[in-house]
Amino acid sequence: MNRAALLWRMASFAIAAGFVALWQLIANLNLVSPVFLPGPDRAWTALVRGFSSGDLWSKLAGTLEHMAYGWLAASIAGIAIGAIIGSSRMMRTYVAPSLEFLRPLPVSAIIPVAIAMLGLTQAMALFVIAFGAIWPIMLATIHGFAAVEPRLYEVARSLQMSRLAVIFKIALPSASPDILAGMRLSLTVALILSVVCEILAGLDGLGHWVLLSARAFRSADLFAGVILLGVTGYVTSVAMSLAEHRLLAWQAAQR
Amino acid sequence: MRASSAKALVLPLAVLVAFEVWARAIHLQSDSLAPPSEIVMALFGAFADRSILAATRDTLFSAVAGLTIGTIIGLALGIAFGISDTLDRLMEVTVEAIRPIPSIALLPIALIALGFGYRMEIVIVAFACVWPVLILSRAAVRSIEPRLLEVARALRLPPAQRVWKIIIPAALPRIFVAFRLSAGIALIVAVTVEIAINPLGLGAGIMLAQQALRPDLMLAYLVWIGAIGYALNVLMVVAQNRLFGRAAVSGDGT
Repeated sequence: MNRAALLWRMASFAIAAGFVALWQLIANLNLVSPVFLPGPDRAWTALVRGFSSGDLWSKLAGTLEHMAYGWLAASIAGIAIGAIIGSSRMMRTYVAPSLEFLRPLPVSAIIPVAIAMLGLTQAMALFVIAFGAIWPIMLATIHGFAAVEPRLYEVARSLQMSRLAVIFKIALPSASPDILAGMRLSLTVALILSVVCEILAGLDGLGHWVLLSARAFRSADLFAGVILLGVTGYVTSVAMSLAEHRLLAWQAAQR
Repeated sequence: MRASSAKALVLPLAVLVAFEVWARAIHLQSDSLAPPSEIVMALFGAFADRSILAATRDTLFSAVAGLTIGTIIGLALGIAFGISDTLDRLMEVTVEAIRPIPSIALLPIALIALGFGYRMEIVIVAFACVWPVLILSRAAVRSIEPRLLEVARALRLPPAQRVWKIIIPAALPRIFVAFRLSAGIALIVAVTVEIAINPLGLGAGIMLAQQALRPDLMLAYLVWIGAIGYALNVLMVVAQNRLFGRAAVSGDGT
């Protein structure tokens, strides 16, 4: 069984390699102008050159930094606000509908407002990323709190636990699958908004790098940046899955 | 129901009134904020000179075109992957390698290949819309009642008819859920592309208002974009309930 899975995986990699070869062929035959489409060889060279000169490292670090700060701020604030709203019936009836109303708002529309308030600065980027990433986390927390098994609350009441104890000992653990799912969604949002903010504000990062490369028609550098962004998206989401798996292991064991 | 929707309105109304009173009291002069009354006036003004309507048309056109293309591609791939396990396993690495690329990262590539305008925006929106449709329709096809497929086999339906008469109708409620998700993404991506770079539509309108130091107009655009997002969402939910009723709800949980 395991062997079969491995074989499938290898075949799948072979197919992917076939697509890369096809890309190389198209580039070599100049079917598409090399100004727009560098071959994988040139993209790879640009990637290696960027890393060995340290340029790409600093850009990657810049993007990861924007993403991480915005996402962490959103996680902390989102869980805290979500817990406050989710644990009180009054807040749920008064505040939650307004949040549902705001949810479908394309968050990038807040960027001009943030620029007007904070200028083209790091603070603006941080605000925008945190603002965009907070929604999935906050709404997931509210939902998770509302969906806690009612009998657990009854237990808490009969044990005369304080509200804080109820939140930390009962509601947060039982809402944690929802919260982590929200945090995973937010990670993608944070990456996209980081790139947009870097493009707009010229902040140090991969977004700025790909835009500059495009402006200068350095397509190999551009593709290297896009590949790196894809890798960033992939690695962060895999890391999040692993963390989710680890953190929720106790729940899987319970069921 | 009445009482709860009244309660839901309390907070936004209170915030608006408080903001208006505060702005009037301190004679607000700002590049980033404007009292609600002025925002409403700016919104009416933008409607009167039709600028916001033209922008809305451009944005919605790009979003709908991208959504349509992305849905067709995603659906074709999703159904193919759902039917053929072999194909799905063979393409797994390729799909997983392309999927995590953030749609907005394609912006510079689309920019140099297609230039400014509708085309590059549509391509980026389509790219973003492919993935939710692909993944959800693949799952939908896989979870089709096996007996339906047995019927298709017993009737000796050719593959095209099997897809058209059995698989798509059976998976449609869940495919629509994917379409609803993608519609929201299409609007978000379209506005984001416009804000980032494309001089077109609502996103460009709001950026222009900001650069012209017109906070009232900027916030009017923000309110209008929010209203469109909300209306789109409501429209999709209503359509889903009308078309599929309870059938779609069972697919919503996944």
